[in-house]
Amino acid sequence: MDISPEKLADAYRLMKTIREFEERMRSEYQQGKLPGFIHIYRNQEAIAVAACLDMTNEDYIASTHRGHGHCIAKGCEIEAMLLELACKEDGLCNGKGGSMHIADMSKGMLGANAIVGGGPPIAAGAALTAKTLGNGAVSMAFIGDGASDQGTVAEALNLAVVLQLPMIFMYENNRYAEFTRNPKPDGRIAERAGAYGMPAEVVDGSDFYAMYDACQRAITRGREGGGPTAIEAICNRFYGHFEGDPQAYRDQDELKQERVDNDPLVRFLADERTASLTAEMTSSIDAAILAEIDRGFEVALAAADPTPDKLFTNVYIEYAGRLR
Amino acid sequence: MKMSIREAINQTLHEEMARDDRVVVMGEDVASDQGGVYGITEGLTQKYGVRRVIDTPITESAIVGAAGGAALTGLRPVAELMFVDFLGVCLDQILNQIAKFRYMFGGQARTPLVIRTMIGAGTGTGPQHSQILYPLLAAIPGIKVVYPAFPADAKGLLTTAIRDDDPVIFCEHKALYMDECEVPEGEYLIPFGQARTVVAGSDITIVAMSRMVVIAEQAAAQLKEKGISAEVIDLRTLSPLDEGAVLESLAKTGRLVVVDESNPYCSMASEIAGLAVERGFDTLDAPVRRVTAPHTPVPATPCLETEYVPNAAKVIAAVEETLAY
Repeated sequence: MDISPEKLADAYRLMKTIREFEERMRSEYQQGKLPGFIHIYRNQEAIAVAACLDMTNEDYIASTHRGHGHCIAKGCEIEAMLLELACKEDGLCNGKGGSMHIADMSKGMLGANAIVGGGPPIAAGAALTAKTLGNGAVSMAFIGDGASDQGTVAEALNLAVVLQLPMIFMYENNRYAEFTRNPKPDGRIAERAGAYGMPAEVVDGSDFYAMYDACQRAITRGREGGGPTAIEAICNRFYGHFEGDPQAYRDQDELKQERVDNDPLVRFLADERTASLTAEMTSSIDAAILAEIDRGFEVALAAADPTPDKLFTNVYIEYAGRLR
Repeated sequence: MKMSIREAINQTLHEEMARDDRVVVMGEDVASDQGGVYGITEGLTQKYGVRRVIDTPITESAIVGAAGGAALTGLRPVAELMFVDFLGVCLDQILNQIAKFRYMFGGQARTPLVIRTMIGAGTGTGPQHSQILYPLLAAIPGIKVVYPAFPADAKGLLTTAIRDDDPVIFCEHKALYMDECEVPEGEYLIPFGQARTVVAGSDITIVAMSRMVVIAEQAAAQLKEKGISAEVIDLRTLSPLDEGAVLESLAKTGRLVVVDESNPYCSMASEIAGLAVERGFDTLDAPVRRVTAPHTPVPATPCLETEYVPNAAKVIAAVEETLAY
């Protein structure tokens, strides 16, 4: 596999940032310092990072309610993200999106989505823009195993094949749809996508290298006019559906084992292909990450709430009617 | 030049596609030679090719959602939702996604999308192809809802819709497609939120929308023969709503009848009546009357459908009751 030491360091930095960002978030959330619902991505970091590593700001992603990792992998600024998650005026979305609707158009991040399966049609539209303008960009929809059953996902798969869109369906099969074990065997999701007429493969989502390899092929196919690809990344959900869900419905021994066996960061660092990344380098990267997150939280928690008049801003670009 | 709404919309699509490369047309059958069920998109494929005139599968969530995603990323799609009734299978993409992009993304999003859709009863198409549904759409913050009654308005409002940077739902009443009137040549834009006085009068105000404007005109003509001077106001856009035009006319006449093809509860007629009571109470000389469809589905039965749709006789009866108060 062709991956430079710089890129490997970047992959590590991004995965580790997601990990530390969310662990700190959990702790602040538990203390009541962040509003709304949050959904933690831990142990799925390799998927987002492998998927976005070769993308530019001109490429698009549509995310899910479990979207912090996708944002960070796509290059969203930590401080701006934290301001948004704290619902502050200076957040990426002026505080009006929060965790489940965070977006950054400047990075091609078309939004987390609080509607399960809401994103794929939108991502298909971004792929249609790329195809129509012929600019070589690709568009990726992140889709959970729960969302894979939604009609919108089926419609997007079909549209992508019919119009040969430069699109990637990135399924993250963590095997749990909210509180319920997904009864589909691993691989069924890819089979379904493949049945629509696109290349589809099953990949170990905790293995950064396998993911990066699959994503490179899918992205290249899209850029070269080869149409859509589906990837079913098999992974595990470390924490509950949302923060505060104790996962009482899971086999606790199995959960403990999965947490250890399938930690993508541990596996990445143990892999011989990661040898160029020395312990000295990782500890320096780690220190920088922690400092950035500390600073981000300090700024976000101290920042001003939006003023009441902001209730009425950005409903429309221009509107001749009354909003109140 | 005299033309039908069908021709006016077709001409506008041609003009706007010629003017701006980012305008694309997408939907079911739109690229076919005949240009869809009513020939609205006729000739576009021959001129602009399948790159910009995009036939889609019969999957409304994908059509509307992809059009929204394309608008969000730089195109200016005109998507066709063949019948507004199909809103039932794609509402999430409008309600939870497209309408909210700009707000929930803190003003980062620009969604220059037009969804053209056929509305209305009167052609025997039955419960799932004849509804109006615009009150449901107008209730959603973040989208604009437009519904012309005349070919000239269709051209002016569609041009504005395509050039607007917010999502717009453009409702075309299928019973009006062939009605003809003069349409201005060349570039023609009508701003949103400006009602038009179709018939000037002094005794009573009749506010109407879409096909009901034609019904109200017929009623006004018959009332005139009875010596009653009715003013007919065509709202033209539902969201934004020209509240000023309604209140000004009401201040002049003191009496109001609203004609709306919607089902009665939470209809536009209710909204206009509420407006009159809340902001025009001092000018009211009689209770507001609403003439709407009943709280029933639209029957396929031709004779029952005739009963369902408000007509001139019902409008005249409401006007006379209001005047007798």
